[in-house]
Amino acid sequence: MAERASGAADPDTAARRSALAVGIATALYGISFGALSVASGLDVWQTCVLSLVMFSGGSQFALVGVLAAGGVAAGPSAIAGAALLGARNTLYGVRVKPLIGGSVWRKAAAAWVTIDESTAVATVQPTLRSARLGFWVTGLVVFAGWNATTLLGALLGDALGDVRQYGLDAAAAAAFLGLLWPRLRTLQPVVVAVAAVVVAAVLVPVLPPGVPVLAAAAVAIVVGITNAFGRRPESDDAAGSPACREGAVEPG
Amino acid sequence: MTIWTIVLLASGAVLALKLAGYLVPSTILERPAAARTANLVTVALLAALIAVQTLGAGMTLTVDARVPAVLLAAVLLALRAPFLAVVVAAAALAAVLRLLGWAA
Repeated sequence: MAERASGAADPDTAARRSALAVGIATALYGISFGALSVASGLDVWQTCVLSLVMFSGGSQFALVGVLAAGGVAAGPSAIAGAALLGARNTLYGVRVKPLIGGSVWRKAAAAWVTIDESTAVATVQPTLRSARLGFWVTGLVVFAGWNATTLLGALLGDALGDVRQYGLDAAAAAAFLGLLWPRLRTLQPVVVAVAAVVVAAVLVPVLPPGVPVLAAAAVAIVVGITNAFGRRPESDDAAGSPACREGAVEPG
Repeated sequence: MTIWTIVLLASGAVLALKLAGYLVPSTILERPAAARTANLVTVALLAALIAVQTLGAGMTLTVDARVPAVLLAAVLLALRAPFLAVVVAAAALAAVLRLLGWAA
């Protein structure tokens, strides 16, 4: 959208428009997170704390997914899984840090809203000013919307009863697939994804809930360090493929 | 460990990782192997979560309404459908298959 609009509108307008489109679309599926979270055994408050403080969709879905399968006993795996998935935000921080000037509080606020969407919108803008604008508008729109819809979903989920009846368990799997899809542009991630599916599925019957998912991460570490199935380093897009839902942002 | 402990520890860890990006010297994380590995770990975890969420039922594997739902999601993603539409369509298919009694 940024590119398409750039001919007619100025970069700031294009950035704002792109940020709103991505922000609103993302915020909407907070409803499914809220509903799934209460279905996994968390209460409405715990669900809201996750969206307020953790504020990273993949990590949040992972945490409640593991708790749904393994209960409190799976706590350590659930925490480890959420943290490992959140590690990409560290790399996003490195990327957008140069855009964020000002006080330490401003940087802390920026870090809080450093996620797939804000990074994706910021890094495709043509000017420093529009990149900064895109980052903040996306981050703040997603933050406000995600938290509002999480609360709504949690309250709805409480009222729904058996969420399987509404296919919400399938919605969780589809949401993960939607997050994964934009990352599968080259051979290396495809190989890792297929191997991870096999490893996790094979280990489900033998290891406690949550652990098979962590074991699959080992595949990525081996491939990452050896660069098996990979291209040369300069073509390696560090944070170049953040989930660009809605196709509203097309990095590269 | 209570659910509150899990929620607070995990939230604190993810927030700390975000802050680390602004505090740690960029040179450490800009090495290609580090960036590549972090991206692939995300891919592996998401893929593993798809497998577990689609086929897992506690500590057993099972094929139920989630499988056709995820296949539909893949088709819609390949057709570049919006994220929300994909999630809603997958849920709807699973719900309808269960309502009709065609899948568990």
